[in-house]
Amino acid sequence: MNSVFRSIPFLYGLVFCLLSCNASPASGQEQPVTETRETRWPEPAAYVKGIPVYEEFGQVEPFLHFDNDTTYIINFWATWCKPCVEELPYFEEFTRAYSGEKVRVILISLDFPRQFERKLAPFVEERNLQSVVIALADGRYNDWIDKVSPEWTGAIPATYIYKRDKSRFIGTSVASMAELEAAVKLL
Amino acid sequence: MKHLNLIFTLALALVSFACKGDANIEQQTKESEAPAKTVALKPDGAGIGDKAPDFKLKNVDGKEYSFHNIKDANGNTPKGYIVIFTCNTCPYAVASEQRIIDLHNKYAPMGYPVVAIQPNDPAIQPGDSFEAMQKRAQEMEYPFLYLFDESQEVFPKYGATRTPEVYLVDKSLIIRYHGAIDDNVRDADNVKEKFLENAIQAIEKGEEPKPAETKAVGCGIKAA
Repeated sequence: MNSVFRSIPFLYGLVFCLLSCNASPASGQEQPVTETRETRWPEPAAYVKGIPVYEEFGQVEPFLHFDNDTTYIINFWATWCKPCVEELPYFEEFTRAYSGEKVRVILISLDFPRQFERKLAPFVEERNLQSVVIALADGRYNDWIDKVSPEWTGAIPATYIYKRDKSRFIGTSVASMAELEAAVKLL
Repeated sequence: MKHLNLIFTLALALVSFACKGDANIEQQTKESEAPAKTVALKPDGAGIGDKAPDFKLKNVDGKEYSFHNIKDANGNTPKGYIVIFTCNTCPYAVASEQRIIDLHNKYAPMGYPVVAIQPNDPAIQPGDSFEAMQKRAQEMEYPFLYLFDESQEVFPKYGATRTPEVYLVDKSLIIRYHGAIDDNVRDADNVKEKFLENAIQAIEKGEEPKPAETKAVGCGIKAA
């Protein structure tokens, strides 16, 4: 029975996609996104100047398992991490270049919780970051690093790219937007 | 029912594929001639049970050290070595600094001195120059060796990727534990499990450390 219900969103998606395919591509119609239960964004524990803050890794885990036709680029960073800050413009460039498309950049900040307000929030505001920024306060790293990717040693920056069950992990800095595009393409 | 679900999914994938919007990324990627360099690297290096790669590195006092001339606090050949890749500049290394000092003060008299190795390239991270290392060691009165991996040849042999990152080496120079000092690199006051200390106690008792390997977030080691 369960799987019948689970099929329903797919059915909707199918119909929706069929309809939009028939429509003129220039109509400016929004891209169909198959909404499933899993696509719902996890509720944060709090907001710090508009930035959703999650206390436990378990609360952000759904971000790594959205089951829809969007490709997610999840970047782990911190304002104190120099190479992270250096590669950030490429993620921003990507977000701007593909706005309205089925790709989404989510920047997960691992800043010190006491710096969320006085460092992270001003940083996001000053740079006018267009990618989604969330903050994760869970410092018990050994409990969750492998849940992101067993390939991740814990060094940041780190980037996890996925679409449904296909994924790719980048354990080093990204040097250009093209590198991100290539990684998405190779998924 | 599972099959039905699969069929819908496949059909959806097919239809999506036919949608023009979906092809945009691929087209744009082709145009920009993306380099194929991005490969997830699994660091090669020494693992648990492997021989710890030897080194000959300059300490902040100007002398060179390797496993063969490092002594414990009593001037004896150590029962083990707490090799820690760390640096001046990483906030997590700074947050761990007092813990590293305390570890040496507690364990060097028991035969396990801390051997800190700074792996970053000062050309990229000027705050990690040899002079800056000397200054920091003096200011904080480091009781342990603070060696400089100037040629950046040692950290890759260990497979170290971040600071701080620990390797517990026993007297036969075998790596027995690798990973984090404890379960809360960010906040010493909220540590629940002292991974490294538990590992030392395990090998003292002739047991295998459990866990023998842990992970923590740290600053990626800076190499050109």
